[in-house]
Amino acid sequence: MARFIVRRLLVTIPVLLGIVFVVFILARVVPGDPCRAVLGERATDAVCDAFIVRYGLDKAIAPGLYKAGSSWEFRVADVPATIVDNQFTSYLGQLAAGDLGTSIKHSRPVTRLLVERLPTTIELTLLAMLFATVVGIPIGLLSAVRRNSPVDVGSMIVANLGVSMPVFVLGLVLAYVFAIVLKDTPLSLPPSGRLSSGVEVRPLVEVWGLEGLQGLPRGILDFLSGIYTFSALITGQWGAWVDALRHLILPAIALGTIPLAIIARITRSSLLEVLGQDYVRTARAKGLKERAVVLRHGTRNALLPVVTIIGLQLGLLLSGAVLTETVFNLAGVGRTLFEAITGRDYVVIQSFTLLIAVTYVLVNLIVDVSYGYLDPRIRYR
Amino acid sequence: MTAPDTPLSPLNPLVPTADPLARTKPASLWRDTLGSILRQRSAVVGLVILLFLVLVAIFAPVIATHDPNQSLLGKEQGVEKREGSCIHALGCPADKPQHYFGTDGNFRDVFSRVVYGTRTSLTIGFAAIAFAIVVGSLIGAFAGFVGGWTDNVLMRLMDVILAFPSLLLAIAIVTAAGRSLVNALLAIGIVSVPIYARVARSAVLATRESDFVTASRALGESSLGILARRILPNSLTPLIVQGTLGIGGAVLEIAALAFVGVTGDLSNAEWGSMIGFERNQLFTAPHIILAPGLAITLTVLGFNLLGDGLRDALDPRLNR
Repeated sequence: MARFIVRRLLVTIPVLLGIVFVVFILARVVPGDPCRAVLGERATDAVCDAFIVRYGLDKAIAPGLYKAGSSWEFRVADVPATIVDNQFTSYLGQLAAGDLGTSIKHSRPVTRLLVERLPTTIELTLLAMLFATVVGIPIGLLSAVRRNSPVDVGSMIVANLGVSMPVFVLGLVLAYVFAIVLKDTPLSLPPSGRLSSGVEVRPLVEVWGLEGLQGLPRGILDFLSGIYTFSALITGQWGAWVDALRHLILPAIALGTIPLAIIARITRSSLLEVLGQDYVRTARAKGLKERAVVLRHGTRNALLPVVTIIGLQLGLLLSGAVLTETVFNLAGVGRTLFEAITGRDYVVIQSFTLLIAVTYVLVNLIVDVSYGYLDPRIRYR
Repeated sequence: MTAPDTPLSPLNPLVPTADPLARTKPASLWRDTLGSILRQRSAVVGLVILLFLVLVAIFAPVIATHDPNQSLLGKEQGVEKREGSCIHALGCPADKPQHYFGTDGNFRDVFSRVVYGTRTSLTIGFAAIAFAIVVGSLIGAFAGFVGGWTDNVLMRLMDVILAFPSLLLAIAIVTAAGRSLVNALLAIGIVSVPIYARVARSAVLATRESDFVTASRALGESSLGILARRILPNSLTPLIVQGTLGIGGAVLEIAALAFVGVTGDLSNAEWGSMIGFERNQLFTAPHIILAPGLAITLTVLGFNLLGDGLRDALDPRLNR
């Protein structure tokens, strides 16, 4: 098992390096002049030259590779001189030192931006995944047990519709139904933002009187404060907690529906397969109650493929998060990244994409490892 | 998804009983395949939906009641901005102009735009996945056939592409290449390549060692000939199944790209951009969002059902 994990980690390294390089190049392929994208079309040449030198954008991108305006140039003679001193190596150096750079557009460190934007996305994706799992697995199990019953047929039709509907259409429909049709009923839910106006979640440093705190601990505390459903809960700000949760329900349902449908379908087919196995027949033959057969012998084995799917879906959720955050006006990672791509904010594109890709790779690593752990038949040597 | 109910032979429960005298015609591969596809309920429903959509796309000029891109302001008596559905047969006053799905913010007929949108979505979905299948299976087949370092490098490259959320990568590619529908099509094709490369590679690995390939090699067929004539045709089934499911995904992605506004010209009759363009009018005119939204859902549903059905019908491990 340990050898498997180590080998899996070693295979991950070149993929991660590849991701860093692809992200780095992609961020520079985005056309247009970063200076004028940030300072406005009327920035003078002198101002722009200073800007470019200040952010190191005049240096070679990779050994011998230059980009001037929108044209690329490869100068063979410059390769030795720039083999160490180029934008890519200085980026790698920065990364190794834990520095993600400063956003050109927001003129703030990217780490600061992450502390502000990441909590929204984490809250959203985790709640969406929770919704998908908690609702999807029972539906799948029930459909398998009552195979071909109206419950099964009905939920599979809904599951098929669920995977076919675009996230943004579902989001808009939900917003319409819960904010307009059900307005002034107890079921009405807010269609945008994270908190109602006037409602505020007091940050942890304020509640705990730690305003003097600096550096990393402060960053971590601020980050946790940003996860409103968590920070409001542990500090007992009930009104704000309920408000934050109510704002999250619609986006989480919109984002969680596709994974829910996929999880329900996989659970169903997986349990059906398991229930046809010999050991299930044995369990039935020795007189176990059907309930015990399904739950103890069937479900435990049927859920293995579901674990893999949950891992894969977590990565896909980040694509959906861009759309959900757009529909529900949430300033999260997906939305920020989209704005950075269209606004040519290299530094933000690089670090946010890197963060997402690394998360994805790590989640898959965890899934692979847990799969070997959960299923004794697949003990990797 | 369920196996067809055929009477089982008492001697061998795995073989359906067939009256040995009734069978006169020899089995035909194509007829058998078609038969097993048509026995899948979901495949049939999917086929019917797609057939309907293809007909709508072909006959769009006949079905549409208006020019999809023309503002009717000043062209039509009494036309109103973002007016809801008005169908005379269903009790809409006869003095109001008839619009099945209402009008949008530019006084255009939503029904006609949805009808013409079928053309855009189907074409782009097909083209993007065709591109991905061709490029992906070339890469995958080559990697699987050559093996060793080449295989490793190519597949790690595919892993890198897969590590990005596909929509974000597609947005980045479209922004880099310039905002247009064609670039969006290519972007979706590119981000889908790794899936087909993997499918093709595993199919090649599975057939490479089989006896009929060894036989061709013994007969002196060249490597390229074996790859093209023996291995690739046998890898087609998983590619077709994956591709059918993939078109549904591509239709969703193209709509998403258009929704966030990176496909350039928003005046095109394209479902995603129709929604993106009017999304702030949700509370006053939900019909403008609902109509193209349902159209996307129906299209994707058709491809998903057909893909599921094809997989169940063509995958010998699942059936019989």
